[in-house]
Amino acid sequence: MSSSGSKITEDEINHLISKLQELLPQLNRTRNGEVSASKVLKETCSYIKRLHSEVDGLSERLSQLLNSMDITSVDDILKL
Amino acid sequence: MSMNNPKQRLLLSGNPRGGSSSCIKSRFTRGFLRALIKMKKQNYNQPTSSSSSSSSRREAFRRYRRVKIAADKSMAVAAGSKRLWSRAMLSRIRHHQQQTWRYHRSTFNHQPIKVKRLVVEKKKKKKKKKKKKEEERTGDHHHHRPRGLRDAGELRKLVPGGEGMDICSLLDETAHYIKCLVTQVQVMKSIDQFYSIN
Repeated sequence: MSSSGSKITEDEINHLISKLQELLPQLNRTRNGEVSASKVLKETCSYIKRLHSEVDGLSERLSQLLNSMDITSVDDILKL
Repeated sequence: MSMNNPKQRLLLSGNPRGGSSSCIKSRFTRGFLRALIKMKKQNYNQPTSSSSSSSSRREAFRRYRRVKIAADKSMAVAAGSKRLWSRAMLSRIRHHQQQTWRYHRSTFNHQPIKVKRLVVEKKKKKKKKKKKKEEERTGDHHHHRPRGLRDAGELRKLVPGGEGMDICSLLDETAHYIKCLVTQVQVMKSIDQFYSIN
């Protein structure tokens, strides 16, 4: 019973990993069969770190922009 | 809500793949912009006369931190409470905000904060022990795992709330988290471009 239970979860895991692989821009999509799970995870980690640093840089730029902006242009967006 | 405002259309334009992703995008955009406007008004009411360079650098850092926290908070709110990572992120932000609020209240006496940190760490240790025991009970299928999943430890640190998830939930949450991060970056980039042009 435990082996059949783990087989099901292994397929699930492979399915989830392939879903993750689709989100990653670096991995070449034509080589779908060759990419191992560990590579997908490593790419995922580096991709998340890259996105975090992008958010940090953008937050810094926006905080500087916010400081130098006049308030009248911002009120237009308030009408959302 | 009319979509006639060209600025609004400019901000919310993007590839509308799935209904859910565009909803998150618009929710995040609205929440984040509201937070930015609120921050702007607060800055307006308290003009900072920064004479020395160090204090202006500190102010700039504080402003950056506030923008980043606003971005993360509005993203977690837009993602909804059904996601483990968004709940974990929101509780982390709120907990941190409560701690800093208490620090500002008792600026003369630093000792209570140390006590609070110890208490928080003890709670964290208890949670880890409980989860380790749970994993050991259902841990027979650990041997059948594919080899690569040893790396999941680093992923757990990156995804909010990842420490306490089982591997399936972790992978699922990671996929959603990455989608939301990409949305966040897209929206922030377009806001940045929009305001640096005008």
